[in-house]
Amino acid sequence: MTQPTTAAALEHSQRDFYRTCLREMLRIRRFEERAAEAYALGQVGGFCHLYIGQEAVAVGAILPLRHDDYVVCSYRDHGHALTRGIPARAVMAELFGKATGCSGGKGGSMHLFDRERHFMGGHGIVGGQIPLAAGMGFSIKYRGGDQVVLCFFGDAAANIGAFHEVLNMALLWQLPVVFICENNRYGMGTALTRSSTTQQIASRACAYDMTAAEVDGMDVLTVHAAVTAAIARARADSRPTLLDVQTYRYVGHSMSDPVAGVYRTAEEVEEQKVRDPIATLRGRLEEENLLTSDDLQAMDREVRAEVEDAVAFAESSDDPEPDALYRDVYAD
Amino acid sequence: METLTYRDALNQALREEMDRDDRVFLMGEEVGVYQGAYKVSKGLLEAFGAQRVVDTPIAELGFAGIGVGAAMTGLRPVVEFMTWNFALLAIDQVVNSAAKMLSMSGGQITVPIVFRGPGGAALQLAAQHSQAFESWYAHIPGLKVVAPGTPADAKGLLKAAIRDNNPVIVLEGEMLYNRKGEVPDGEHLVPIGAADRKREGTDVTIVCHSKTVAPALKAAEQLAGDGISADVIDLRTLRPLDTGTLVESVVRTNRCVVVEEGWPRYGIGAQVVDDIQREAFDHLDAPILRVTGADVPMPYNKQLERSAKPNPARIVEAVRQVTYTA
Repeated sequence: MTQPTTAAALEHSQRDFYRTCLREMLRIRRFEERAAEAYALGQVGGFCHLYIGQEAVAVGAILPLRHDDYVVCSYRDHGHALTRGIPARAVMAELFGKATGCSGGKGGSMHLFDRERHFMGGHGIVGGQIPLAAGMGFSIKYRGGDQVVLCFFGDAAANIGAFHEVLNMALLWQLPVVFICENNRYGMGTALTRSSTTQQIASRACAYDMTAAEVDGMDVLTVHAAVTAAIARARADSRPTLLDVQTYRYVGHSMSDPVAGVYRTAEEVEEQKVRDPIATLRGRLEEENLLTSDDLQAMDREVRAEVEDAVAFAESSDDPEPDALYRDVYAD
Repeated sequence: METLTYRDALNQALREEMDRDDRVFLMGEEVGVYQGAYKVSKGLLEAFGAQRVVDTPIAELGFAGIGVGAAMTGLRPVVEFMTWNFALLAIDQVVNSAAKMLSMSGGQITVPIVFRGPGGAALQLAAQHSQAFESWYAHIPGLKVVAPGTPADAKGLLKAAIRDNNPVIVLEGEMLYNRKGEVPDGEHLVPIGAADRKREGTDVTIVCHSKTVAPALKAAEQLAGDGISADVIDLRTLRPLDTGTLVESVVRTNRCVVVEEGWPRYGIGAQVVDDIQREAFDHLDAPILRVTGADVPMPYNKQLERSAKPNPARIVEAVRQVTYTA
């Protein structure tokens, strides 16, 4: 008689998992939409790189992690920070440059950090986080731990020298790192087809004898499965993996970049939206009767409320104290 | 007191700190099997194993960043650059990652790392292998920069650098590695940020560091024979600069000559002069003069190279000018 119970429990937990994926993606999207508004109002300054369209990558990749694993990523980091569990309040407050932000207002949109959650930063120099991730993997191996590191970077970073240097060393020293190339087909305004002789980023792993795969980055469950396998390889055998996760950003590179017109057409952007990660998962859940439109609306209301609360928190938070200027330049 | 070469003093520092703290490891090109390009790491592979003495490919940017990532997650790496000339390839990770991480993370992530190796000119290595980059690193908030000139300071400062919770740049000198000197027995630490009076005097302050300590002392010796008493201040640390010791000296001597191996424009000496003129202006009896490397890419030819470097004769000449005894 235990069989059906287990199956039911399994089904139940499966449904919860799907819903978590959907909710996390929706949360990022609503957060980013609200961040864009705040940017337009001048409440968020500097550079701000939105993640709309790419949500399935961060969610599918980060959900399988253990709390003591590490995440490091580029300046397009809001989605990763939220999925890793940094409260929306602390992320929004950081965008607003407030003392209550997750980097105390010193980092801003591009440099979200949370040491407790092993969220080791958004980094602003293309690919700069790739060696750092390998260093974290080195550290884990040095101590004989079984944690893993997820390293997120864009397709343009696959052309920097350090990418190749680090792939070589990661294999040479067998470091437990999953290199996740979020291939959104454009490095700022330069198409991958114009910057790279081969479009198959995964093929670059061959040169270093590294396991690699191409992954549909618009399907959160596919990302989840691929990253789960890579994490297992890293955790059990301390072997690195390169994943070419194919995705698309619906918005400009940063807030100053129009969605389309200069380097890509509006038609192309619209075509890509057919593969929308949120709509795809939602359709699947509705088809399998795991979600009603009421459920979805309730979910959307909740995440919108969370984001509004985050904005209100950011607005009402204080700027850093004037004497914070010279603080934290050196450690004691 | 034990007499050691500068090289062996550094080796002792590494050995002692690796013995003391198993989070400390050494990484770089040729540090293990080859025993170090300049043999600073001689015997360490045998003593500590390949996990803690890590030979890297020639990939400065990559392994410098790996060091930073390791430091961000609790290790205390010592990254050796075969020379600081090659570290230009890694400067992005030193400046954009190591130096900024603590501030950028709102004080959450420390980067306790040492970047070390020889800098400056050796003998006839020509333009790409003969550069003193002190002022490049000393310009960057978030870094500490030390440049020891004696075996005792080399040992004490490297040990202090390894124990420091910040990224520390240790500039050694290829021409210093064979130099011998007395090194105190037992635990010997030199505090970062403290200059050292290498010779006491009353008539002029000669400021030097690293490779220019020896020519400064030689010049002081010669000047003493002519009745000019020089106070020789070895900066030892370039960031943070020990302005207090400099000012205290100049207030007594009223004259100053600053010596450095690097290029003259925007150099370490320029900063020293700025600090002194602001804090001891009324005590100066002559403009401060600087003795520096020539403002050129280093030529290969032996005679040209010699004339491009600071030497005791040029220091004596500068002292004679500021003491109006030329």
